[in-house]
Amino acid sequence: MNLKSLKIPTSMKETLWAYVFISPIMLGFAVFMLYPLSASLYLSFTNSDGITVAGFVGFDNYVKLMSDKDFIKSLFVTAYYTLGTVPIGTGLALIVAVILNAKIRFTTIYRSAFFLPVITSMVAVATVWKWLYNTDYGLINAFLMNLGLYEPPWLASDKWAMPAIIMMSIWKGIGFNMVLFLAGLQGISPTIYEAAKIDGANGLRRFVHITIPLLRNTTLFVFIIAIISSFQVFDQVFIMTKGGPAKSTTVIIYYIYQNAFQFFKQGYASAMGYVLFAIIFVITMVQLKISNRKDVN
Amino acid sequence: MSAPSTSLSISKRPPVSVKAAAVKWLARALLHLLLIVGSISMMLPFIWMVSSSLKNANELYAVPPIWIPQKWLWQNFVYMFEHAPWGIYFLNTTKITLIVIVGQLIVCSMGAYAFSRLNFKGRDALFFLILCTTMIPYHVTMIPTFKIMKSLDWINTHKALIVPALFSPFGIFLLRQFFLTITKELEQAAMIDGCSYPRIFWHVILPNAKPALTTLAIFIFMGTWNDFLAPLIYLNDDGLKTLTLGLASFQGTNTTQWNYMMAGALIVMLPILIVFAFAQRYFVEGITMSGMKE
Repeated sequence: MNLKSLKIPTSMKETLWAYVFISPIMLGFAVFMLYPLSASLYLSFTNSDGITVAGFVGFDNYVKLMSDKDFIKSLFVTAYYTLGTVPIGTGLALIVAVILNAKIRFTTIYRSAFFLPVITSMVAVATVWKWLYNTDYGLINAFLMNLGLYEPPWLASDKWAMPAIIMMSIWKGIGFNMVLFLAGLQGISPTIYEAAKIDGANGLRRFVHITIPLLRNTTLFVFIIAIISSFQVFDQVFIMTKGGPAKSTTVIIYYIYQNAFQFFKQGYASAMGYVLFAIIFVITMVQLKISNRKDVN
Repeated sequence: MSAPSTSLSISKRPPVSVKAAAVKWLARALLHLLLIVGSISMMLPFIWMVSSSLKNANELYAVPPIWIPQKWLWQNFVYMFEHAPWGIYFLNTTKITLIVIVGQLIVCSMGAYAFSRLNFKGRDALFFLILCTTMIPYHVTMIPTFKIMKSLDWINTHKALIVPALFSPFGIFLLRQFFLTITKELEQAAMIDGCSYPRIFWHVILPNAKPALTTLAIFIFMGTWNDFLAPLIYLNDDGLKTLTLGLASFQGTNTTQWNYMMAGALIVMLPILIVFAFAQRYFVEGITMSGMKE
């Protein structure tokens, strides 16, 4: 009874304190998320250059984007990067995770080796890979020469620069996806595998018929994250190629960066940002939809 | 990946034939071989970086490549420190990272406490709104945020990097999930003793949330230490630069001196590697949590 009579003043106090506790995060949220989000939508309808007073131009920026060859190209370059990194990167990570999930010795050491690139700075490792890809003295071409194979000019060629960035990015990201897959694998009960073993299913069949279906949610999730982050690739491009040669590695964020901070076309860059946002949103929704349909079946 | 085993493990000690044991041993050996090759290939870029950073120009460009330099040229690092203020870059990065860690932990744990423990109007709607924004890419808000910084006259200051980084939807999410798992009995006992909400937050919730706070701290450390785009946009003065931006600028002026470039890359990543050696578990947990949010 005593507690109940206390409750009314407590709940008012509770609400009051709750607002005190959330006020810093809500303030930051309003200033650095809600405001910029709406401001950049507004900017995308202006010809803001950061110096003169911005004028309202309606859908001009968006119309201009449709015929901007460099923008269209940057979309294709980004799609190329995504198709190059995501399927191979996720597939390799899944295989490594399944192997490292086995009860064998030294898994911690192996896991660390795969995880190390994840924690290191992209700027630093991109610098290292730039040296590895050096056409005349790089380690990779020295290795290829040793095998008597063709030595590509890598970052110096518009044909090879993107594959070089893709390989490096797969190396960098494999450990991240591996950790997510390992977490998913922990959720599969070992008794399912035991039962399949007794039924005479070999390793490969267990992988295809148990691991892959039961990891579907994790895989979907890894795919979504991988696609979102691959649409936002920037650091390695900036360090390794600066978008070149011949704009062959000018991914969309790099193009936005150039427009916003080098050409000072802030309105135009904001419109690009929103187009990219829309693309990411649609891709995520489509993926979620596909996974839901599979649930019904 | 393991060999098909023929013996059914029903009895406690199955009779293992010599042949089955040999097959199993061979499979294991192959697996380890595969993993060793894989691990070494993953490590090769790092090994090559260290090796290159200690070479002179002749060894650097030698064909075939030399893995272990005859004389380890530690003076390459001395050269680095003489030609760019790496000590200052290091201090700048450390300062920014520490302030962001402490600040974000305070802001996010306060918010997470209210969102997980206190009842108030609009709580779930607000939390959902915050959670939705984790999906929004940084570049969408980048330009208006830059304008805010410009109007505050914060361009070319560390404030432009620190202040926006204090508010993290992911931090709120991670801590809230953990706070929900803390038993309510401790709180109720404290409440009956007449403890105020701030005291409960400080004396009951925070001490019980140390693993989650550590995980978030490590996660922030990794993100802030390695951040490149924000320093690139905001910082111009050499004396204000962070390690990643310092390395990028150094590269602009020393393109072909790869021994120095590799020394620089090592300087940038060494601190995080040291922390990783001691707190590996929290790095992995942070990544796992970041995979759980949506």
